[in-house]
Amino acid sequence: MMKEGQFRNPSGCAVVGVIDRSGSKMTGEGMIEAITVMHDRSNGLGGGFAGYGIYPHYSEFYAFHLFYDSKQAQTETEAFICRHFEIVYSSEIQTRKVPTVTDEPLIFRYFLAPLPQKLSRSHLDEREYVARCVNRINAQIDGAYVFSSGKNMGIFKGVGYPEDIGRFYRLEEYEGYAWTCHGRYPTNTPGWWGGSHPFGLLDFSVVHNGEISSYDANRRYIEMFGYKCTLHTDTEVITYIIDFLVRRKGLTLEEASHVIAASFWSTIEGKPEPAKTQETLLRRMFPSLLVTGPFSIILGYTGGLMALGDRLKLRSTVCAEKGDLAYISSEESAIRRIQPDLDRVYSPAGGEPVIYELYQKGGDV
Amino acid sequence: MERVNAEGMNYVQLNALVRSCNQSEIRIVNCIGQRYIGTGLSDKKITIDGTPGNALGAYLNGAEIHVNGNVQEATGDTMNDGTIVIAGSAGDATGYAMRGGKIFVEGDVGYRCGIHIKAYRENKPAIVIGGRTGSFLGEYQAGGTILVLGLHTDGKPIVGNFCGTGMHGGEIFLRCSEIPPRLPAQVRAEKLSALPKEAASLVREWCALFGKDERMLLSSSYVRLTPNSDNPYKQMYIAN
Amino acid sequence: MDKMYISPEYEVIRDRDRCTVCRICERQCANGVHAYNAETGRMTADNSRCVDCHRCVCYCPTHALKIVRSQDTYPENANWDSRTINEVYKQADSGGVLLSSMGNPKPQPIFWDRLLVNASQVTNPSIDPLREPMETRLWLGKRSTKIERDAGGKIRDLLAPQLPLEVPILFSAMSYGSISYNAHACLARAAEALGTYYNTGEGGLHKDFYKYSKNTIVQVASGRFGVFQGYLEGAAAIEIKMGQGAKPGIGGHLPGMKITEDVSETRMIPRGTDAISPAPHHDIYSIEDLRQLVCSLKEATDYKKPVIVKVAAVHNAAAIASGIARSGADIIAIDGYRGGTGAAPTRIRDNVGIPIELALAQVDQRLRDEGIREEVSLIVGGSIRSSADVVKAIALGADACYIGTAALLALGCHLCRSCHTGLCNWGIATQRPELVERLDPEVGYKRLVNLVTAWKHEIQEMMGGMGINSIEALRGNRLMLRGVGMTDRELELLGVRYAGENM
Repeated sequence: MMKEGQFRNPSGCAVVGVIDRSGSKMTGEGMIEAITVMHDRSNGLGGGFAGYGIYPHYSEFYAFHLFYDSKQAQTETEAFICRHFEIVYSSEIQTRKVPTVTDEPLIFRYFLAPLPQKLSRSHLDEREYVARCVNRINAQIDGAYVFSSGKNMGIFKGVGYPEDIGRFYRLEEYEGYAWTCHGRYPTNTPGWWGGSHPFGLLDFSVVHNGEISSYDANRRYIEMFGYKCTLHTDTEVITYIIDFLVRRKGLTLEEASHVIAASFWSTIEGKPEPAKTQETLLRRMFPSLLVTGPFSIILGYTGGLMALGDRLKLRSTVCAEKGDLAYISSEESAIRRIQPDLDRVYSPAGGEPVIYELYQKGGDV
Repeated sequence: MERVNAEGMNYVQLNALVRSCNQSEIRIVNCIGQRYIGTGLSDKKITIDGTPGNALGAYLNGAEIHVNGNVQEATGDTMNDGTIVIAGSAGDATGYAMRGGKIFVEGDVGYRCGIHIKAYRENKPAIVIGGRTGSFLGEYQAGGTILVLGLHTDGKPIVGNFCGTGMHGGEIFLRCSEIPPRLPAQVRAEKLSALPKEAASLVREWCALFGKDERMLLSSSYVRLTPNSDNPYKQMYIAN
Repeated sequence: MDKMYISPEYEVIRDRDRCTVCRICERQCANGVHAYNAETGRMTADNSRCVDCHRCVCYCPTHALKIVRSQDTYPENANWDSRTINEVYKQADSGGVLLSSMGNPKPQPIFWDRLLVNASQVTNPSIDPLREPMETRLWLGKRSTKIERDAGGKIRDLLAPQLPLEVPILFSAMSYGSISYNAHACLARAAEALGTYYNTGEGGLHKDFYKYSKNTIVQVASGRFGVFQGYLEGAAAIEIKMGQGAKPGIGGHLPGMKITEDVSETRMIPRGTDAISPAPHHDIYSIEDLRQLVCSLKEATDYKKPVIVKVAAVHNAAAIASGIARSGADIIAIDGYRGGTGAAPTRIRDNVGIPIELALAQVDQRLRDEGIREEVSLIVGGSIRSSADVVKAIALGADACYIGTAALLALGCHLCRSCHTGLCNWGIATQRPELVERLDPEVGYKRLVNLVTAWKHEIQEMMGGMGINSIEALRGNRLMLRGVGMTDRELELLGVRYAGENM
C-alpha cells in the first residue's frame, strides 16, 4: 500500500476554533473538550490543533515543528537548517504517553532566524525564503517533515482521536489567544502523522471539513506558481490558494473568499456597486481558484480566525459569540460544551466569510 | 503639422499618439524600428524620418505615408487604400495581400513583393519599384499592377526567380527588352512597345514623387506578365 | 481501356409498392440520380451519381427509398480494400490529386471514447442541475493575476479584453463560399441566441451579418480575403488562421465556380477567379513574425479585441502553443486531425496531424509547466461530437470547444463528404440559389439552438454528478477522468489514470 502523500486523500471531519478578541489567553484544554463532543465525526486516523500567541518569548522567530522518522533524517535536516538559519533554541517537544496514541515519530521544535547573508543573497522576501526552505525539507529529505513554521504559533497533530492527540501534546500547558482543532475522518489512508491536520504554511493554518470536487483544477493551477502539492489533500491545496491570494497577491481575506467561494454569476449580477464589478473581476482573474464541492474551513492567522464555507453550503458551520470570545464549529453542541451561555449563535451563509480578529491586531498578515 | 520625436518611444506609445493626434499632418522624426505605424488609418498624412519597423501601414485604409529612408518587412500588409511612398528601399513581402492603394518604392524591394495582391471593383492596388526585386515577385497575384523600373546599378537581373508563380489575376510590367528566363507555367509573357495608359500614369506618378525624368522611362521597352488562367489549378484534382 | 469502370459505392433501393411516382426524389436530387421514365411510368435511379446524402430518403413522402452499400466487391483483401483500389484507378485515369471533404473517416483510435467521467458517491454530493445553480459561463482570454488598486483601494481592471460565453461551445470557422449564405445566417443567429460566437472563416463577413458583430469572430488567413479595417472592427474577436486540422500545412483553394457575385463581394475578389490561400502566411516564417501579425491586428483595433491563433494539431503542438502563448495572442485554438473541411486532398486529410485529445493534453500540461497557462485560453475542435466530448475536453484542460461538423449535422448535413462538388442537397455546402434556399434560416437556427441547449443540459448533468457547479472548476480537472483500453504511454500523455485506479 502506498504511503500517504503518494495518492489523493480526501476526508470528512470535524472542525472547531476559538479566539479571545481582547487578546487574553487560554489553554488548549477548551478545544480538547469541544472536539470530544464531535467524536463521531472523526475515525481515529488523525487529530490536531493550532494555537496562536503560544510562544511570546520567541515571538520574533519562526517556530518549526518537525517529525523525524529516524535519527539520520534529523541529522540531515539539522545540517540543512544550520546552512539557512540561526537556531535560537531547539528541543524535543514534550509529550505524555497516551495508550491510544502509538507509533509516534521523533518530534522536535526549533526557533529560527534566517541567516542574513543567505537571505539577502536569495533576493527573496523573508517569508518566501522560509516557505521555500520548508518546501525543500519536505520534498527532499526522506523521513523529515516540517508541520508548523509560523511565528508565535504552533501546530500539534498526529494519528489518533483529536482529544487524545491534545493530551499527548500536553496542550493544557500552552496558552494562546486563539485555537483551532481538527478531527479527521479520512477515506483513504492508514493514517500518517504528517498527513493529519491542521495544515500550516508560515503562520497560516487551515482545518477543513469536506471533499472538494475542484481539487485537480485548483492543484494544477496553483502548482504553476511554485507550490507543490505533495500531500494530495484538500487542506493543503486550500492553504496554498489562501497563501497565494493573500500573502503573495495582497488580496484581503474577503476578496480571497470571493475567489475561493465566489458567488454565483446570477447572485453577483444582483449586487450593488462596487461589489458587482469587483467580484466579477475577481472571478475573471482567478477562475481556476474557485473551490467547488463541500467544504467548511477555519483559517488561523496571526491575529485572527476566518470561517468560510462553500457557496452551496454543503457543510455546516456555526459561529457564536460570548463577550470577547468568538467561536466557529462544525456543530453548535461543541461550542455549548465549553460555553453554554452565548450572546449570539448563527450560521453564516455559504460563501460568506466570517472574520474574527483581535481588537488590536498584532503581527503581520 | 504635428512633429513627433520618436526617440526612445515604443510602438504602442507612438501609434497611440499618431491615432489620437488631431492634426491631419504628422511628421515623425528619429524613427527607429517602431512597428505598425499608421495601421488601419484612413485619413492623415504621416511623414517619417528614419527607419520604421515592420508592418508599416498594415491594413492602411486611405491614409498617406512618406518615408525618408529604407523600410523593413511587410510594408503595406493587407492594405486597402491610401499611398505609401518610400524614398529608399523596402524589405520582404512588401504589399502582402494588398487590395487597394499604391506603394511607390524609389529603390529595390526584397523577396515576395506584391504576394497575393488582389483587385476588387474600384480597388486596384499598384506597386511601383524603381530598382529591382527579389524572387517570387507577385506570387499568387490575383489582381492589381506591379511595375518594376529596373533603375538599379548592381548588374543583376531585374527580377529574381519564380516571378509570378501561382499568378491568377492582374499584371506585372518589367522594364526590360527580353522576357526573363524560366517563368512559371501559370504566367503568359509578352513584349510591349509601349506601356498601356494606366501603367504609364503610374510611371509618371513615380517620377513626380522622386524627381526623375519620365521621358526615358516611358520610351523604354517593357515585358508584361499576365496569368494563363483565372483557375490555374482546376485540372489538378479528382473527386474522391 | 480509356477509363476504368468503377461500380457505384451506393445503391438506391426503391420499394415499388410504396412509390407513388410523385417525383419529389427527382426534384430533391441535385446530383441527378432519380429520373422518371415516361414509357414505363416508373422512377429510375442512376446509382453512379448517388453520394448517399439521404436527401431523397428524408423527403420521400411514402418512405419508399433506402440507400445501401453496394454489394459489388473486388476479391477480398485486408490490405487492398475496394476504396484503396478505386483510388488508384481514379488517379491512373486522371493524374489528379484525390480531393475529399469533411473529416477523416478512417478507423484510427478515438481517445474521447476511451475516457470515462467520474461521479460523486458518499464522500461528496452530486448536485441536481435542474434545481440548483450550475454555471456554464466562462470568459476566454488572458487572465492576469496582477493586483493593482486605485486610490479607494478597489482592484483595478487590468485584464486584456476577454470574450464572455454562456456555454463552453463555439461554432468553428466555416467560410462564406465553402458554406452558403443561409448556413451563415443560421450560425450567426444561433450564436446570438446562445450567448456564444460563430466564426466567419477566411471568406470575409457578408454585409448583412454585421449586425451580429457582438457574436462574431472574424478570421484572418493567409489569403486575407475580405480583410479590411471595417471587417476587423466588426467583430468581437479576431482569429489568425495558421492551420486547420483537416489539412495541416497546406493552404486553401475555393474554386472559381463557387465565387458567385455575393461571395465575391464578401471576399472582395473578382467573380469566378479561384480564391487561393497560401499554405503559410507569407509574413510569418518564424514565431517572432506571428507576434508581428498579432500585434498589428491589435494596433488596428486599438487593443479592444482578443486575438485567437488557430493551429492544426501536429507533432510538436506543445512547443508551438508555448510559442503562441508568448506571442501576445489571447486565445489558442487547436484543431485535431479529425476536423472537417469543405475540401482537402484525401491523403492530407487522412494522414497528417494528430488526435486533438493528445494534443490538448500535452499543450495544457506544457503551458502549465512553463507557468504560462493563464496567458492564453484554449479552444479545441476537430472533432467534438457530443456533450461528453466537451466535458472530457474541458477536464483535460480546454477552456471551450469549437464545433463545426456537429453544427452542420444539426442543419441537415448527412456527412456524404461531397462538399467539394458544390451540389449540397441540404443547402449547406453550395452556392446554387435553388439549393441554398432549401436551408431555411428560421428553422436552421432553431435546430442549432436546440442542439447546443441539449448539450448544455447534458454538460450540467455530468458536472452535477461530479459535484462541480462551475465549468471553471472542471477545467483541467483531470482526476475526473479515467482511461480504458489504453496503453500506459497513452495514459501518461493524457495525464489520466486507468479506470479502477484510485485517486
